[in-house]
Amino acid sequence: MFFLNVLTSGLLSGLMYALVAIGFVLIYKASGVFNFAQGSMVLFAALTFVVLNEHGLPFWAAFPITVLVMIVGAVLIERLVLRPLVNRSPNTLFMATLGLSFVIEGLAQALFGSDVHQLDLGIDDMPLDLWGLQISTFDIFASAVAVVLVAVLAVLFSKTRMGISLRAVADDTLAAQSIGIRLPRIWQIVWSVSGLVALVAGLLWGARQGVQFSLSLVVLKAMPVLIIGGFSSIPGAIVGGLLVGATENLADIYIGPLVQGSVSTWFAYILAVAFLLIRPSGLFGETTIARV
Amino acid sequence: MTAIISQAPADRPVLTPRTVLLALGLVILAVVPVIGSDYWLNSLIVPTLVMGLAGVGLNLLTGYAGLVSLGSAAFMSIGAFSTYNLILRVPALPLPVALIVAGLIAASAGVLFGLPSLRIKGFYLSASTLGAQFFFEWLFTNFHWFSNDSMSLTISAPRLAIFGHDLNSPVGRYSLVVVTTLLLLWLAHNLIDSRIGRDWMAIRDMDTAAAVAGIPVGRRKLLAYGVSSFFCGIAGALWAFCYLGTADAHAFDLDKSFQVLFIVIIGGSASILGNFLGAAFIVLTPIALDILVQALGLDGIVDHGTVSNMLRIVFGAIIILLLIKEPDGLASLIGRLARRLSARPSRGTP
Repeated sequence: MFFLNVLTSGLLSGLMYALVAIGFVLIYKASGVFNFAQGSMVLFAALTFVVLNEHGLPFWAAFPITVLVMIVGAVLIERLVLRPLVNRSPNTLFMATLGLSFVIEGLAQALFGSDVHQLDLGIDDMPLDLWGLQISTFDIFASAVAVVLVAVLAVLFSKTRMGISLRAVADDTLAAQSIGIRLPRIWQIVWSVSGLVALVAGLLWGARQGVQFSLSLVVLKAMPVLIIGGFSSIPGAIVGGLLVGATENLADIYIGPLVQGSVSTWFAYILAVAFLLIRPSGLFGETTIARV
Repeated sequence: MTAIISQAPADRPVLTPRTVLLALGLVILAVVPVIGSDYWLNSLIVPTLVMGLAGVGLNLLTGYAGLVSLGSAAFMSIGAFSTYNLILRVPALPLPVALIVAGLIAASAGVLFGLPSLRIKGFYLSASTLGAQFFFEWLFTNFHWFSNDSMSLTISAPRLAIFGHDLNSPVGRYSLVVVTTLLLLWLAHNLIDSRIGRDWMAIRDMDTAAAVAGIPVGRRKLLAYGVSSFFCGIAGALWAFCYLGTADAHAFDLDKSFQVLFIVIIGGSASILGNFLGAAFIVLTPIALDILVQALGLDGIVDHGTVSNMLRIVFGAIIILLLIKEPDGLASLIGRLARRLSARPSRGTP
């Protein structure tokens, strides 16, 4: 039973990793950019919301305003960073997002301060006893939100005109452009959507540990999640997130005592590397064929 | 094409800008301890040289071999902790030997964490080096043997002496840093000019083609990780003992790794000189910002946190700007300026 409890709590935190990882996958699919700034977007979104909230705005007002801020941010990023760097190597774009993450983190803290903000979403964090498993109501709520978010994204991707053109861009950028899909517009949309995902992830994480700088470090945990799941697959991000969350928690409980301390800082990376050696393209990733 | 080739020797006088620059650099390095104050040596020049050296290490890997690493600081910490333990536990070992052995230990760790590069490419590789970053920080914090069971988990400078000469003065530490840096630069330069360097560049430009051309891609990639970590390891030891004096594992955190990466981006990838320009930028910008804040009389209003936030924004913005405007970094910017300056006088003559 204890094992099951450890497993469940690991799975639930894995769901949070998955939420952050989905933001990555969206951008990677549409533009081939590994967006290192996703973590700082989580921080920025959560800070914006929490500061608005502290100034007396209720949830239903603060949420859309923050979404608007993220959309403006996405448009600015596309204009100022992505457009001048179009057609450059993925490594260059990665480093640009690294620079971007510094700018966003600096801005977030310069604007909103570096204090820890408490965030109360009005959901109880009461442990429920389900057939002997201890699960908190908040975790159930968070999972529900994650499931809804993924469902909405899936519908957007497969049913709407925007989603279809997005998939066309992901599939073959040049061909997509030649049939008249406007790439800058697609990028703006995709960065906005991942800004929204960042906000949701930031709120759920923030309600748990307080909104603070360490939120932006979540990005680093998303890396192994993506590697296990594959960079271009949303189901992969979810499975990867669950896998990382669960094994990390199990390793902390069962291996940790053997080596005098928590292993969760590095365990996920080693797991990811081990995974890579067996399946280089991840669980759901596409294998690429190299041509000379 | 043939015309260019036949002209090349005639166009290359003995005094190329390169040799002039090199000679000038050596003279400056020799003169600095005489005229520079201890503050200059300790707080500006030593950190610039050491971080530049770490930049060279990463640049060999990223700029020349085209491989990614987000764990440079981890290999720096291995160098620092190895040197400390070697000198502590094997007192017979002279300092240069200890430094080299520490570099080799860092190199073997680099090869180990570079192993995934045999199967995977690109960002995926950053996972293994990021793993190294967190693993070694954890290792050196949690296992107190590495810091000789000191309560604060810190390692402090061992006796710095070569052949009986005590180097524990600002000038001594400076000399140690300069000599080590010059020797390693010479090594790096020769490596790049050798077959190995050309193989690295071929792998960077297209590894499938390199493999087809008969280059042992896997072995060269591992070698790149090894050499890069060797450089970083020695730079780490110098950072801990010649600059900081006392260090713990957190002196080599992820931010330090990013700093080394920024040095490579700012200075220019595949450029040796660029690393030191980048390092100077990284070291001097915070100091300049501090001076600016004081000069404007803002030090009462602006607190330390604001300055460090400003610094983050400035660094990030400069990275993006450089990537857009000057992808080859400060080194190419300066190279272009030098060419423009040397071209100007000839314009007047008919």
